Amino acid sequence: MIQAIAFYLFATLVIASAALTITARNPVHAVLWLILAFFNAAGLMVLVGAEFIAMLLVIVYVGAVAVLFLFVVMMLNVDFSELRSGFVRYAGIGALLAVGLAAEIMVAFGAWSAGKIELARRAAPTPETVPNIEALGMLLYTRYLFVFEGAGLVLLVAMIGAIVLTHRERKGSRQQNVARQNARRPQDATRNTRPTIGAGVEL
Amino acid sequence: MNADLSMTLPELVLAVGAIALMLVAAWGGQGSTRMLSWASVAVLIGAGIALAGPASSGGAAFGGLYRADAFAAFAKVLIYGASAVAIIIAPRFFAAGTGDDLRPEYPVLILLSAAGMGMMVSAGDLLTLYVGLELQSLAAYVLASFMRRDTRSAEAGLKYFVLGALASGILLYGISLVYGFSGTTLFSSIATAYGAGHSLGLTFGLVFVFAGLAFKISAVPFHMWTPDVYEGAPTPVTAFFASAPKVAAIALSVRVAVEAMGPATDQWRQIVIFASLASIIFGAVAAIGQTNIKRLLAYSSINNVGFVLVGLAAGTPEGVAATLFYLTIYVVMTLGSFIIVLQMRDAEGQPVESIASLAGLSRSRPGLALAMMIFMLSLAGIPPLVGFFAKLAVFTAAVHAGLYPLAVAGFAASVIGAYYYLRVVKVMYFDAPGEGYSGRATPIEGGLITAMAVAMSPIGWIALGTLGVWTTTAAKALF
Repeated sequence: MIQAIAFYLFATLVIASAALTITARNPVHAVLWLILAFFNAAGLMVLVGAEFIAMLLVIVYVGAVAVLFLFVVMMLNVDFSELRSGFVRYAGIGALLAVGLAAEIMVAFGAWSAGKIELARRAAPTPETVPNIEALGMLLYTRYLFVFEGAGLVLLVAMIGAIVLTHRERKGSRQQNVARQNARRPQDATRNTRPTIGAGVEL
Repeated sequence: MNADLSMTLPELVLAVGAIALMLVAAWGGQGSTRMLSWASVAVLIGAGIALAGPASSGGAAFGGLYRADAFAAFAKVLIYGASAVAIIIAPRFFAAGTGDDLRPEYPVLILLSAAGMGMMVSAGDLLTLYVGLELQSLAAYVLASFMRRDTRSAEAGLKYFVLGALASGILLYGISLVYGFSGTTLFSSIATAYGAGHSLGLTFGLVFVFAGLAFKISAVPFHMWTPDVYEGAPTPVTAFFASAPKVAAIALSVRVAVEAMGPATDQWRQIVIFASLASIIFGAVAAIGQTNIKRLLAYSSINNVGFVLVGLAAGTPEGVAATLFYLTIYVVMTLGSFIIVLQMRDAEGQPVESIASLAGLSRSRPGLALAMMIFMLSLAGIPPLVGFFAKLAVFTAAVHAGLYPLAVAGFAASVIGAYYYLRVVKVMYFDAPGEGYSGRATPIEGGLITAMAVAMSPIGWIALGTLGVWTTTAAKALF
């Protein structure tokens, strides 16, 4: 009973916030609605027992992607009314794309139910007894450890590459020298003087 | 787990070495580049020594994801050797007035790329294959545009990146089809799925996987990026591209073809034969009009990949052995030619790349001209030189596998190829001398050129027997 209520709550909110995402006039509001949609989708994932995907949605989509969107929208000052201007002109192409996608979904479901895709022969079938975060962790850090570390190296290369290609030594920039700052004592920097009237201070 | 890790020791040495050297570079700065280059060569040698243990004979590690066998070990020796040469020849090229300094990231990126290539040739699973390939390619994209102030270098990097990403996409699409229709990414299980019967989905997957791999080895019709990238990239990087990644990608293709898709040999053989003949003919014809030596060598590499694929098309242990045999000799010839290209500098020390500038080299630098002639004639496959035996090996394998038309067509096309190699020799020996080049080869470069030229001359025959035994052992590991 409570599951049904939770499902309908999340499902209604997902659809409502998705609708508001595409109808909101203010792009910042649209992104905020999108974040709400992601949260509710995560709730739906928890309900079907895929807590890993739920966490992934919150961490990756809400935490990174949506915030990135927000930054882009706020910083680049994209003119959304101009983007929407050709709606009627391109409605036909849009409809064609929608029909194509719908057909693809139907074909995919057909193939799925026809059983041509060999899910039973998977290298790592879904385990029954352990929660799926644990199951994924077990696979990632044992069987796929080598590939996992390899992926880490790929990211390292991406980082090195980005720095190699873009970093430039700037001449004349003043860099902070933390060690020098910490080593500086008050007595090196300040001086107590008692100037007599009219004599001034020698700096 | 420890047994698994000991089999992957070469990659561990390279990865840990690269990270440690990166830290040294972070504190040492620009001044540490020369020291880091030598340290990287030491790391590569260390990784080579690590091959002696379980890394060359351990079998499967990580549940089949990684293969430590003689085939992988042989390819890795070639890869590490070529990478070391690419590191050694770089400092002088960057020092002599190219406008951009050699930064310490250069050897580090080559080390990481070598780790990726090690993963590629040891892949026993589509996942390892892809991660290794990306690790290698990503480092290569950065290396191609390493000279930031040179627009051609930036163009090369961008072109390589965009087309490489496209090829990765094609490859991934094929991998997803193979995974979807076989239910596994493990090579041995994929072979079972291919053996179980004909499936349209699996065939599509095979075609896309081979298309993606053909891009990486720059076989026609996926070769378009090669001349531009080879021309634009800094010469030491071009030498690297033409040797190590090529070995890795070809070894990877061989392993995928034999281990994962062995039961579907009849299906992939058509693709390989087409790519092979197209590469031989196109590589030879398109090279004729070239005026830039780096572009010429790029077409030469396309041409040679075609001959390598003749060995793979045979699909037999003998064919695979011939492929490795050819690759070894090709790497030596190509690296030698590129080190000679590095010597081509005008009076101000700027690199010169035109073939016309080679005119009269036989009079101004007779030793260099002799070495270049040996490399060119060997690449053309003219009999007394070692390159002839490489071509002989692949054609023999093709004939033994019953592929007579391929062998005859390939042989005929190799005559076209001989034309442009001979043209370079003609320019060096019979044209009126031009300005000549400034500077002398460093002792190391001179030594490398001499050693490689001697190895490719008839004196190199003495090593051919041993090489044949090694390649046969390596090829047997796959069957």
